[in-house]
Amino acid sequence: MSTRTFLAVLGVLAVVGLLTYGLLSKGTTKISVGDPVPDKVLPRLPGPGRASIADYRGHWVLVNLWASWCGPCGEEAPLLERFYRRERRHNATVLGINVQDNRDDAVAFLRKHGTTFPELRSIGDERTAAFGSNGVPENFLVDPKGRLAVIWRGEVDERILREQFLPPIEGQR
Amino acid sequence: MRFRWSFATPYGDKAHRSGRWAALGVALVLGLSAAAAGAATPKTTVNAIEGEVMCPVCGTLLELAESPQAQREKVFVAKLVAEGRGKQQVKDALVAQYGPEVLALPKASGFDLSAYLVPIVALLIAIVALAFSVVRWRRAGDSPAPPGTSRDGPADEDAARLEADLKRYDL
Repeated sequence: MSTRTFLAVLGVLAVVGLLTYGLLSKGTTKISVGDPVPDKVLPRLPGPGRASIADYRGHWVLVNLWASWCGPCGEEAPLLERFYRRERRHNATVLGINVQDNRDDAVAFLRKHGTTFPELRSIGDERTAAFGSNGVPENFLVDPKGRLAVIWRGEVDERILREQFLPPIEGQR
Repeated sequence: MRFRWSFATPYGDKAHRSGRWAALGVALVLGLSAAAAGAATPKTTVNAIEGEVMCPVCGTLLELAESPQAQREKVFVAKLVAEGRGKQQVKDALVAQYGPEVLALPKASGFDLSAYLVPIVALLIAIVALAFSVVRWRRAGDSPAPPGTSRDGPADEDAARLEADLKRYDL
């Protein structure tokens, strides 16, 4: 192999390596049931203070990714509030994570829907990428050990909550 | 020594004092109005910002995006511009709300730095490769012509064949 060919191959490999690294570092993560929940300390909404999903270890946590501009998020908010009020007596809670939103709109959304469950706010797309999220809303059930028990990409309704999210919680009562 | 107004007033000390307060009030209102007017003077335009930031959900420039998130982001930008914030201030506020992904230009650190470095490195490599090629061509040009060939044109045999071809195709 001549020096020129060697340099050309080296150049091509460098470009391919750079593109691969870029795709891998920017891409979303694939998560599955049984995996540890992606977690990070985030600011509380509306504040003050910070918290993470790990702070609720020992409880079942329904994690709800939402944004104020998302119509279905507004439709499922009252259902999640009812779920929270009903299930918090049974070692379960709902934790909202506001994503891809601006703070004022997010706070106005909470006021409008009167939700009382704890909320965190994620700035940037790091959280949505960590959950392998394609959009909002998305819902996840985390078991008391911090592992994913249910992954639901999209809006939940009463039937989905009853058939998908309740059985694991009721199974451990 | 107590400060006193230099002009006389026919209404006595009480009127004098209330006049002083009124003057102070007017000055305060004027000052606040001027400050408010200054703050509300737009330093940039919505269009100038929307061409340089992204809709993070759509992955396109904000000026091209029509999604619900983009609509809210546009309202947010318009509000900041109306408050008299400069372009960089608006961008900083957007980053604080939506993260660094909201900027259309990649930041000059981490992997994103390659967006600036790769074109420069590629240009340098191209210049070096071109310089090498030119040197090689010039060297090849200086070397003596192989036997049976001429620098001024094709060899006799080739010239005859070319002539025959041209006649055949009536060119």
